[in-house]
Amino acid sequence: MVRLFGPLVGLFFAVALLWSFGNGAYNAVTQPTPPSAEALFHKHPKEVSFSFDGPFGTFDKAQLQRGFKIYQEVCSNCHSLKQVAFRDLTQLGYKEAEVKAIAKNWGNKAQTFDPKTGDRGDRPNLPSDHFPPVYYAGQGNPPDLSLIAKARHGGAQYIHSLLTGYVDQAGYKNEAGEELLKKFPDAKTPDGLYFNPYFANLNLAMPQPLTSDGQVTYSDGTKATVDQMAMDVSAFLTWTAEPKLDKRKQTGWPVLGFLLAATVLAYLAKRNVWADKH
Amino acid sequence: MSFPWANEYKPTNPLMQWMDQRLPLPRFVYNAVGAGYPVPRNLNYMWNFGILAGFALVLQIVTGVVLAMHYAANDKVAFDSVEHIMRDVNWGWMLRYAHANGASMFFIVVYTHIFRGFFYSSYKAPREMIWLLGVVIFLLMMATAFMGYVLPWGQMSFWGAKVITGLFSAIPLIGTPLQQWLLGGFAPDNAALNRFFSLHFLLPFVILGVIILHVWALHIPGSSNPTGVEVKQESDTVPFHPYYTAKDGFGLGIFLMLYCALVFFAPNLLGHPDNYIPANPLSTPAHIVPEWYFWPFYAILRAFTSDFLFIPAKLMGVLAMFSAILVWFFLPWLDTGPVRSGHYRPLFRKFFYALVVDVLVLGYCGGAPAAEPYVMISQIAATYYFLHFLVILPIVSSIETPQPLPFSITEAVLGKDDHATLAPATPAVA
Repeated sequence: MVRLFGPLVGLFFAVALLWSFGNGAYNAVTQPTPPSAEALFHKHPKEVSFSFDGPFGTFDKAQLQRGFKIYQEVCSNCHSLKQVAFRDLTQLGYKEAEVKAIAKNWGNKAQTFDPKTGDRGDRPNLPSDHFPPVYYAGQGNPPDLSLIAKARHGGAQYIHSLLTGYVDQAGYKNEAGEELLKKFPDAKTPDGLYFNPYFANLNLAMPQPLTSDGQVTYSDGTKATVDQMAMDVSAFLTWTAEPKLDKRKQTGWPVLGFLLAATVLAYLAKRNVWADKH
Repeated sequence: MSFPWANEYKPTNPLMQWMDQRLPLPRFVYNAVGAGYPVPRNLNYMWNFGILAGFALVLQIVTGVVLAMHYAANDKVAFDSVEHIMRDVNWGWMLRYAHANGASMFFIVVYTHIFRGFFYSSYKAPREMIWLLGVVIFLLMMATAFMGYVLPWGQMSFWGAKVITGLFSAIPLIGTPLQQWLLGGFAPDNAALNRFFSLHFLLPFVILGVIILHVWALHIPGSSNPTGVEVKQESDTVPFHPYYTAKDGFGLGIFLMLYCALVFFAPNLLGHPDNYIPANPLSTPAHIVPEWYFWPFYAILRAFTSDFLFIPAKLMGVLAMFSAILVWFFLPWLDTGPVRSGHYRPLFRKFFYALVVDVLVLGYCGGAPAAEPYVMISQIAATYYFLHFLVILPIVSSIETPQPLPFSITEAVLGKDDHATLAPATPAVA
């Protein structure tokens, strides 16, 4: 029975698949889909290296503090950071008193609600509070940045490229030398959006946030070029997405070392046990 | 059952003797995975993967039970509760990465186990029942893994749940009501998340139960082996302990090193970035893809792009995707050649390697966007997949001339077997 019906079922699926294949091939020839502007003009993130790259990489706390400053002075106007608590900032090397002060002086206050009177109000943030929500009235929907480095292909490299990748759309050419607006006149960036070839569909609602060198003054004397600021905030957002990165790698090496030793022993034990059976 | 020369459990410790007369659990273990189970002496490292799969299941249960202590199955807080585990629970990040990558390792090990079964025709008589139970385990694993991926309630969780439950809506007449009944609503919602959590907790224990049946069925004929020649005599076997406990210990070490390298140095390598975006029913991801271990079947699902006869393309895709696994149930009766091992089946072997490449191609296309040329490649690859199992295997097993088999396992290992001279001149066929 199986040997009778099996081949029939197999041929049924095979013919159906080849029918789909034939239709697809016919359509591909008669109505080829032209490549989209995104496919031809989207850019992959620039190759830049960070201190936390690779199995031995760790966060650079001075860089994370600089990145936090960029978030505080630039990004936090529109973007929330709700998975992170002020107390977590001690991991960047801030003292507890500093964290208390940062929380207390944070622009958006913690929301309160008194169930007895029904009054809503606010109070200064405490170190135990998470970063407060950000209310944004403009166009677009600024995403929460807590996990952004893990929620985008390319992670920190992508964030750095996006922040430094704003260019004038007029005259923009890809690596093949094709000019975007000549090839796709309809792809002109609509009003209220901004052109950036590192963004998936080339146009995003966020205007260029890091516009000029010295926009933020670093307290450690580092020169605040646009590229430096983009690197620092990308590192900071990698920390917010993966705060346990250092501990993870530090744990991994002894674990692998132990397993390697145990595996060598297991191999020798196996050879010993099997010595008379080969 | 066991071979007559199997070691017998003889406890010397009075406590163990007392135990043995009242509840012979130590005897059971001794006969199952101890010195009381005679195993062919020629097993290669491909035979490590059954134990490794069992180990992976235990890992998943242990990490999963602890994660469930901190996770909240509610669509308002599920995503944040996972981040709470990652940030605030002691070693929570390690538990979650161990569980997520543990699922990947489980599938790597089980796919190897299944393809070992294909190559050595482990499904042939008298081991059909072991094989059938194995396919049941694989189906349960797929259901469990799918529901587990929904729990973090990220974008891929939500849209994956929507696509997969949407498959049931392809069934004529009852499809849409069935989908709504499965989800407890019109789209994935709190009701769906809750029941997926409940089932995700339950099914691993069902898998454990079927594994006990799988191992029970294995102990009736005993383990197969790379020659496919059945055990004939005591010199063909060694006791499971210490020989295979030692060999499995080494295999386990390699497995754990790979696993820990993933967990500690590339924990998100096999995941999708979109699942770190909270579920949003109003924003469809550009490419909805399941986890990598579903890619070959996802490619088969998407390969049907045209209605065929009177059957809508979507229904064809769903039928084919389920058939792609269900066909494994019929393998023992599709491949009827008398010789088991691919080592002695030159024609079969060529098609086996073609199948391996074919499934890898399907997997690659399943993870790629649903665009050309991936769809056309997966159509060709899916065609081969069905022809391989349903047409090629029956023909090959009828027409091929196998190479001569060794007289016994002992002869295969040592190059000679003193008993062989006493046997009839014709080569024994297993």
